[in-house]
Amino acid sequence: METVVELSGVVAVLSSFPALAGIDLAVQRGEIVLLHGPNGAGKTSVLRVCAGLLPIERGEGSVMGVNLRTQRESVRERVGLLGHSNGLYLELTVAQNVAFWASAVGASSQEVALAMQQMKIDGRLADIKASQLSAGQRRRCALASLMVRRASLWLLDEPHAGLDTAGQDEFDAILRTAVNSGATVIFASHETQRSRSLATRVIRVEGGLISGGES
Amino acid sequence: MTSRMQTARRVSVAVARKDLRIEWNSKVLLNQVAPFSLVIMIMFAFALDNEGILQRVAPGLLWLATLFSMLVIVQRSFAVETADGALDALRVAGTEPVGIFIGKSLALMVQLFALELMLLAIALVLYTVEPTAMGYAETFATMAVATIGLGFVGTLYGGLGAGARGRETLLPLLLLPAVAPVLIGATRATEAAFGSGGAQSSEGWPWIGLLAVFAGVFGAVGALAFGPMIEE
Repeated sequence: METVVELSGVVAVLSSFPALAGIDLAVQRGEIVLLHGPNGAGKTSVLRVCAGLLPIERGEGSVMGVNLRTQRESVRERVGLLGHSNGLYLELTVAQNVAFWASAVGASSQEVALAMQQMKIDGRLADIKASQLSAGQRRRCALASLMVRRASLWLLDEPHAGLDTAGQDEFDAILRTAVNSGATVIFASHETQRSRSLATRVIRVEGGLISGGES
Repeated sequence: MTSRMQTARRVSVAVARKDLRIEWNSKVLLNQVAPFSLVIMIMFAFALDNEGILQRVAPGLLWLATLFSMLVIVQRSFAVETADGALDALRVAGTEPVGIFIGKSLALMVQLFALELMLLAIALVLYTVEPTAMGYAETFATMAVATIGLGFVGTLYGGLGAGARGRETLLPLLLLPAVAPVLIGATRATEAAFGSGGAQSSEGWPWIGLLAVFAGVFGAVGALAFGPMIEE
């Protein structure tokens, strides 16, 4: 198995507060890893370290072989981070949003069409402005943008937030499809009941440390 | 290095097209900024209400109206980036910051130039200025070079204020002093082009040269500083 994420004794600081206090984590390709824990436990910080957004103060870390201490900016083009906001341009249509990301990374129109089809935002929805979409439809549009960016590590923060049950089911199916296509997923969620059934591994984060894990 | 340059060029084209498409979809420039500029020009005419004075100060009024309108366009340009975290998404995606900077600058320049053409037409009608053929050439050269400088400096300061609390009031405070050299240079060059106050056409070209230097400096500074600035 190929190790996609490897963190060893990672300490990360947010405004002089140690958000991560020595995290050890290894994630293999094709895993769907759930991070759960109370608010302020450090779940989002783990995602941000893996995305190369939060610098490592101490310890060692690598994502897809890229050293997070020395080249954290290089890892960004290979990971997709979806936080609480969707990163969409609300005045653009669904198709224009996805096409923008495709043109920014040099993806083909076939890749755009495939991503939109997989996320079920082609057809009628394609020409609707993002501002007029429901929360679930916006989420799907954001995921289609991640797909055309060819992200191989998906980092998702509360991905089920704002979705109704049907939307959550669709979302889970999308993640499984992405993993079957070779992606790896790490996500943070409070909705442990639903998320546990989706995850292949569950990790508890508390006080900036991994406090427990289960398969 | 070549690969990074190609990536930056691709990103800049994508960002510029995206910003212009947003404007095309929303028509904010046409429906809000242009009428705002028109109102400013008319208010100046009411306030001064003297043909001689208006002709004399028309170049300054033209560029003041441009700067005030630019504030609205720059605010808008970065509001669309922050409304749903799109600027963060661009940053997270590892897109070349210099590409984002150039792309947003290009889109701003296109919108500003269109606005300046409209303001020039209004100035010709309202303030009864009558440039010669050479004066027109000098005016368009001034507009082109000043627009490049304003595009770069507007994007640089727009990015600086994008993540700040109270950015709506912060941006004018930061941006207006920074564009004072453009206001001075462009006004002097346009005075020469319009022949305001007996200025000769030849007096404008050194000011246009100065505007070109300003554009080059802010282009270089912006390309270097924009990445670390949005990273913060």
